[in-house]
Amino acid sequence: MTRRVYMDHTASRPINPEVFKAMKPYFTDIYGNPSSLHSSGLDARKALEESRTKVARLIGAENPEEISFTSGGTESNNLAIKGIAYRNKKRGNHIITTTIEHMSVMNTCKYLARQGFEISYVPVDKQGVVDIEKLENEINEKTILISVTYASGEIGTIEPIKEIGKLASNNDIYLHVDAVATAGKIPINVEDEHINLLSISSNDMYGPKGVGALYVKKGTKIQPFTHGGGQERGLRSGTENVPGIVGMANAAEISQGEIEGEGKRLRFLRDKLIKGILSSIERSYLNGHPTKRLPDNAALRFSYIEGESLILSLDMFGIQVSSGSACTTKTLEPSHVLLAIGLAHEEAHGSLLFTLGKQNQAEDVGYVLEVLPDVVKKLRAMSPLTPKEM
Amino acid sequence: MYSEKVMDHFRNPRNVGEIPDADGVGTVGNPVCGDLMTIYIKVKDNRIVDIKFKTFGCGAAIATSSMTTELAKGKTLEEASKITRANVAESLDGLPAKKMHCSNLAADALKTAINNYLEKKKVKK
Repeated sequence: MTRRVYMDHTASRPINPEVFKAMKPYFTDIYGNPSSLHSSGLDARKALEESRTKVARLIGAENPEEISFTSGGTESNNLAIKGIAYRNKKRGNHIITTTIEHMSVMNTCKYLARQGFEISYVPVDKQGVVDIEKLENEINEKTILISVTYASGEIGTIEPIKEIGKLASNNDIYLHVDAVATAGKIPINVEDEHINLLSISSNDMYGPKGVGALYVKKGTKIQPFTHGGGQERGLRSGTENVPGIVGMANAAEISQGEIEGEGKRLRFLRDKLIKGILSSIERSYLNGHPTKRLPDNAALRFSYIEGESLILSLDMFGIQVSSGSACTTKTLEPSHVLLAIGLAHEEAHGSLLFTLGKQNQAEDVGYVLEVLPDVVKKLRAMSPLTPKEM
Repeated sequence: MYSEKVMDHFRNPRNVGEIPDADGVGTVGNPVCGDLMTIYIKVKDNRIVDIKFKTFGCGAAIATSSMTTELAKGKTLEEASKITRANVAESLDGLPAKKMHCSNLAADALKTAINNYLEKKKVKK
C-alpha cells in the first residue's frame, strides 16, 4: 500500500478523538434546548456557557458574553463586516481591508461595494506584510472599519495586528481580524491588540466542522442578520448547536494548552521541509515571510510547472497537499493572494501549499523530500517552459 | 473529478518530448493562463509518422496533449486536421466542464503544427 502523508490541514483537519468524545453525550443524553427552563435545558445552558468561557480564554477576551457562536469562519466574517457596515453607515461608508484576505472577507467587501460602501484595498509587500503606512493614509472621516487577516492561510505571513489595532483605536475605527487560520496556533489577545471583532473556526483547531465564533467587544455597535428567537444576545438567532459548540470549546482549550509545545514541533518540521525543498530543487522559492509565519505553513513555488499537475503527481505517492493554482478553484484566475505578493501569473500557477498538523512526523517530511524532487523533475521534463540547460 | 482514462494519460503520458528536426511545430496557450503546449510532427507521404508534445499545465492539459498525439499518429494530414477538441474529450471519457475550454487546447496545437508544415512546404516550392 502507498504511504499516506496528509499535509493539507488548512483545507480540513481530523477531529481530535478527545474532542469527539466530549461531544458525544450532547447528541444523545444532554439534548435539551439551552433556552428551556427545565433541568435538561439548564444542563445544555451550562455546557454552552462553559464553552463560551473556554473560547474567550483562548483569545484573551475579558467577558465570555463577548463570544457568539456561528456556523464557521465564513459566517463570522460576513456577520462582522456586514454587521458593522450596516449598523454604522450613518457615521460613514468607508471600509479598509487588504489585498490578501480570504474569499469570505473579500467577497463580502465586494458585495458591500455594490451596496454603496467604499472599500479600500491596502497592498502588502513581497513577503505578504500589510503596508501600515499605506493603511494609515487610507483612513478618512468616513472610515468605520478596518478588516485584516491575522495571517493568510495561503502564504502564512503573520500581520502586525497590534500596530494596526493601535492605529484603529487612535482613530476611533473598529478593527475586525480574521483569525481563522491563526487561532490555537499562536497566542492571541484581543485586549492587548485592540481588536473589536475577531473570527475563529472550530475545525482549524481539530474541532468539528460547521462551528465557529465571532468575538464582539462590549459596546461595539453591530447589526444582526439572522433574526428569530434572539439567541447569542440577539446577534445570531437559532437554537444553539450545543454538541458542536462543546466540541469547539474543547478543541480551543486543548489547542491553547499545546500552543507552545506543538508550535515548536511544527516550526521545526516546517523549517526542515522548507529548507529541504529549497536546497534540493532548483528554481524553487518560498511564498510569504521566512520567519513571521504560521508554525504549520510551508508555501512554495516551482518555476516552469503547474500546481494541479504537482498535486495529482504527489497524490500518486500518497502525499496530499493543496495549491494556489487556478485550476483547483472555481475561477480560472490564479489566487488573488499570490498575485498580491507580486507573483506573475505563471509563478502563481506553480505554487504548492503544505500545511502540517498533529499527525505529521519527521519521517513524513523526509518522505516528501524524497519524492518531490523527482516529481518536479518529471513535470519539468514535460514542460515547454523549462530551459534546455535544466 | 477526472475519468480513469484522463488519469491514465496523466500518469503515463504518451509521446512526450521534442522532435529536433520536426516538419511542423504548433504552440498554443499562454503560461499566464496556466496552460501552454507545443506539438511537433514529422510528415512522410502526407502522413504523420511521428508526433511529440511538451505541455505546461494541469492534469487535463497533459492528458489531452497525450490523447491528441495518440489520435493523430499514423493519420493523413487531412484526417488529422479533422480532430476536434470534442473528439479528444470524448476519447478520454469526458472532461470536467471548466476544463473543456481552458485546458483542452491540444487539438488546436495539432492544427497549428499541420499549418506550419503546409506553410513551410509552400515556401520551399
